[in-house]
Amino acid sequence: MIIDADRDMHFSRLNAEVRNTADERVTINGCLGQRYIATGSSGKTITVNGTPGNALGAYLNGSTVIVNGNAQDATGDTMNGGTIVIHGNSGDATGYAMRGGKIYISGNTGYRAGIHIKAYKELHPVIVVGGRAGSFLGEYQAGGIIVVLGQNDDGLPIINNFCGTGMHGGVIYLRCDKLPHAIPDQVRAEDVRGDECEELCSIIDDFCGFFPEFDRDKLVSANFKKLTPDTDNPYKQLYTDN
Amino acid sequence: MYSNELTLKSAPLEGEVRIPSGCAVSAIIDRGGRRMTGADIIASIATMHDRSNGLGGGFAGYGIYPDYKECYAFHLFYGDFQSKKATEDFLITHFEIVYSSEMKTRKIKKVANEPIIYRYFLSPLSKRLENSLLDEEQYVVRCVNKINAEIDGAFVFSSGKNMGIFKGVGFPEDIGRYYLLDEEYAGYSWTAHGRYPTNTPGWWGGAHPFGLLDYSVVHNGEISSYDANRRYIEMFGYKCTLQTDTEVITYVIDYLLRVKKLTLGEVAKVISASFWSTIGEKSDEERAQEEYLRKAFPSLLITGPFSIIFGFTGGLMALNDRLKLRSMVCAERGDRAYISSEECGIRAVAPDLDRIFSPAGGQPVVYTLREGADI
Repeated sequence: MIIDADRDMHFSRLNAEVRNTADERVTINGCLGQRYIATGSSGKTITVNGTPGNALGAYLNGSTVIVNGNAQDATGDTMNGGTIVIHGNSGDATGYAMRGGKIYISGNTGYRAGIHIKAYKELHPVIVVGGRAGSFLGEYQAGGIIVVLGQNDDGLPIINNFCGTGMHGGVIYLRCDKLPHAIPDQVRAEDVRGDECEELCSIIDDFCGFFPEFDRDKLVSANFKKLTPDTDNPYKQLYTDN
Repeated sequence: MYSNELTLKSAPLEGEVRIPSGCAVSAIIDRGGRRMTGADIIASIATMHDRSNGLGGGFAGYGIYPDYKECYAFHLFYGDFQSKKATEDFLITHFEIVYSSEMKTRKIKKVANEPIIYRYFLSPLSKRLENSLLDEEQYVVRCVNKINAEIDGAFVFSSGKNMGIFKGVGFPEDIGRYYLLDEEYAGYSWTAHGRYPTNTPGWWGGAHPFGLLDYSVVHNGEISSYDANRRYIEMFGYKCTLQTDTEVITYVIDYLLRVKKLTLGEVAKVISASFWSTIGEKSDEERAQEEYLRKAFPSLLITGPFSIIFGFTGGLMALNDRLKLRSMVCAERGDRAYISSEECGIRAVAPDLDRIFSPAGGQPVVYTLREGADI
């Protein structure tokens, strides 16, 4: 099914068409800011050409969403399963409270990517960012994996301030030799080689499968900083003395 | 507390009602100084229709009054004709009224309960100005404050030279058409706001932009430092009559920029100052400057989520709160520069762009006219 959206097509109509079609493949052309595309969707492959609005793929439950353009804020909010591939940048709070599925972004992501991301039993969410991430990456992270590859060409550092604030589970991999900003005392940073880390290699293989413009060997043959909660220095007595 | 016919008519006073959040902002500038009608800015803000709830919309246009560019253009809301008479009696004793007329509007079904709207092109009476011992701008500011605070039912909502604010209760695209911005006006720079009032019930004067002289502010967010900022700024003669945070932001910027002569970059470092821990990571020179500004104006730090677009003669500044709790996208295409709450607000009028990026929290993005641009 092909939907030719224009600026006057309200999100409720657009999303009803996506939801009600029996077709497994849906292409939306001329998308301009329509919110909630693919919300809760399963069993479909939805290609968005243009600029999808906020909360793209919120509660996504198994569908694949491909964006040829930039995504706005709160992409994959609370998503449960499925894949979101963005050929461009994503806005703030990408993967907000995500608990399953995968988000791949070729460009940069905004503030608070992976905030409240969590894992449960067999559900292990993954966010991979080709470029750089804004401040508060992995804020309150409780589980899952965030990978930032730092292939941005704007000269800005791979992360901004307050990365991993409140992190208490999961892992963040940053492709860099040295952290450009301080991280919280309760988060530990270790050095790992990309090609020596099976988990990272497999994630980068998947990423390059979606974005052949990236050189897989170059990406893995580099140093990464691996951030995890520091179990030797847990959060305690932050607010009360007990 | 400010109350008059205008506020009383719209039931609860500002500050008495709480409605959940939203808001959209948008702006376009042609850095070559070429003038454009309001059609594009209306199209841009209309794309973000669902961020507002019909309780406020407004626009500021710069370079729109070239024939009267030496005059202060006052736009006024009146609740009744008594307030109009009282205001005109005041104006005539303080200004030469070069031209005045009722604001040209078009009847729009969705725009109702309009106040009486007038426009005056004014030049301060030289004798009066001299006797006031104030500089001309301060004289005009005092007059605006006096009308707004003391004449019941009158509200000056625009007072700059060669610029104008147009606002009201309704969705922004309807307000834009109501004022015929797409036909009657052409400016080199436009800002727009779609309102989703949080702490205030939404009335014509409370819509954005807020303006003072040629400064205008559109704002998405809700500042938690309102009272601290207000108490400080009121020491310098400003009167926060509306209990709304955007008004206080306008006065804070006016004070820092026009009165204290800070640069826009310095203003950003005062109102959206970095955390001390972030300042600690900076180079010696940057650290010294930011520490100085934070210590000099601690009460003007604005906290809480905000994204603002500040308009002034010759340019625009976009700024987020330091935690970037509201979205903001900037883009460029040739001489044109765009700022919007959402990327779709830019793509709607400029599908192809040279550059698009999201500024970091506290990072000001300033677009000004190129040298030699004739406005």
